[in-house]
Amino acid sequence: MIDVNAFLGSYPWRRVPGTSPDALRAALDRTGISRAWVTHLPGLFWKDPAEGNGWLFDVVAREPRFRAVATIHPGLPHWEEDLTAAAAAGAVAVRADPGLLGLAPAGAEMLALVRAAAAMDLPLLSAVRLEDGRGRHPLDVAPELAPWAVRQWLRADPAVRIVITHADRGFIEEVHHGSTPAEAARIWWDISWVWGPPDDHLAHLLATIGPARFLFGSGQPLRLAETPGARLDLLSLSPADRAAITLENAASLERRRSPSG
Amino acid sequence: MLIDVHAHFFHDRSGRADWRERNRSRLDAGARIGIRCHVASILGSWGHTSPTYFPSPADLTEANAALRGLVAEHGPRIRGYVAVNPNHTGHAVAELEAGVAGGMIGLKLAASRRADDPLLDPLCEAARRLRLPVLHHIWQFRRREWPGQEASDGVELCRLAARHPAVSFILAHIGGGGDWLHTLRAVRHAPNVLLDLSGSGVDGGMLEGALRAVGAERLLWGADVTLCTGWAKLRYLERLLPPADFALVSGGNAVRIFPPGAFA
Repeated sequence: MIDVNAFLGSYPWRRVPGTSPDALRAALDRTGISRAWVTHLPGLFWKDPAEGNGWLFDVVAREPRFRAVATIHPGLPHWEEDLTAAAAAGAVAVRADPGLLGLAPAGAEMLALVRAAAAMDLPLLSAVRLEDGRGRHPLDVAPELAPWAVRQWLRADPAVRIVITHADRGFIEEVHHGSTPAEAARIWWDISWVWGPPDDHLAHLLATIGPARFLFGSGQPLRLAETPGARLDLLSLSPADRAAITLENAASLERRRSPSG
Repeated sequence: MLIDVHAHFFHDRSGRADWRERNRSRLDAGARIGIRCHVASILGSWGHTSPTYFPSPADLTEANAALRGLVAEHGPRIRGYVAVNPNHTGHAVAELEAGVAGGMIGLKLAASRRADDPLLDPLCEAARRLRLPVLHHIWQFRRREWPGQEASDGVELCRLAARHPAVSFILAHIGGGGDWLHTLRAVRHAPNVLLDLSGSGVDGGMLEGALRAVGAERLLWGADVTLCTGWAKLRYLERLLPPADFALVSGGNAVRIFPPGAFA
């Protein structure tokens, strides 16, 4: 299994256990996850998030089960160099969370990043949220990502590939059904925020949108690593569909980033 | 014995065409998880003919009767809380007594009236007399009023619990939204308040914090409306806790606070 939604490093708003590389590796062992796409969590909140990427690349270079997701701030001068550095370091994707960066979600900076990531064949990852909005710190007022912005990203470049984490059923449906089939085929959703029984949102989405668009993601260690596995175990999935969600869809995104691919 | 202390079902007046499918989905998922008993409530008409958190007496009577019907249909797989609206005190007490006579095992208070309001005292006194625990809907740290409910937080529930020390109070869904860190502080010195772990929230550190705050003896496993997150927390607890403590959280504490024989 590949967890496309994992973090390393401390969280500014509360104490979170298990944020070190060793602890993340132990969580992967505990839950049977073979590898994880990891973001440098503190960097998401820094003025220059790219300053966390160097540490992340060093960790990933030493840990074969981790893949780097480098954070890019397209509002900073020469941000393109950070993108180039991410590609050179073998990042599996780059991310930008406009709410945390203080950027307009579909403004000129974000659309420039969309186009640049597409040109470099790097998937662009973004989170709708990191925490339930009802429990956030009083100073944590960054807006959540909106579905209309993601639709704009998809339309901004016909080659861009997008991974969205922490989206719920309503968000996913609004983007999927608000896009052409060709656009919708360039976006993947992690299942970290899609509920199972009794409302069965995940079963509904898999039936209506299909397993090809979904990825195994947890949000660990901000959220329990056990959650996506429990969610899938409550479905009656064929082995092929389960393999697509837990491994193959993410692996196909990774292969595009391999030196030979 | 795995007991879900915070479950819900729907009925034909819930305003949902898929109410049977949702009930079936809960039971099927429960069977897969290994839930021995869903201790459930129905909050009136779920907003169809009166607001979910301000249900009318008539809707509550219908809902509680529907739940008794589900208990009769499914036997020991389902047990029930009597849901009431404390603003209608006479109706609430009568509904509670009728429910217990019909096999209900707990009292459900949602968000029709603040938890520390004196209007809740007659109901808690009835719960003591009938040996029922009280499950109270909680907004974890209510910093302001929220639409659609007169929500209470842990501090307010603890005030009520202090007035009724012989009653066990279940503070609902620490994973159900709001700041659970506030709740964990609030309940530290309230020995008759137990925490139910249900809710969609699976925040890293939440379960460790709950254990530090109140110990395994005051934790109750539950799922509420997302069984997937409930199962994730259960899996994590199985690794985190010694077997004896896991047995308490997964069902032993529930057996202790509900009426004798409730899960026989």
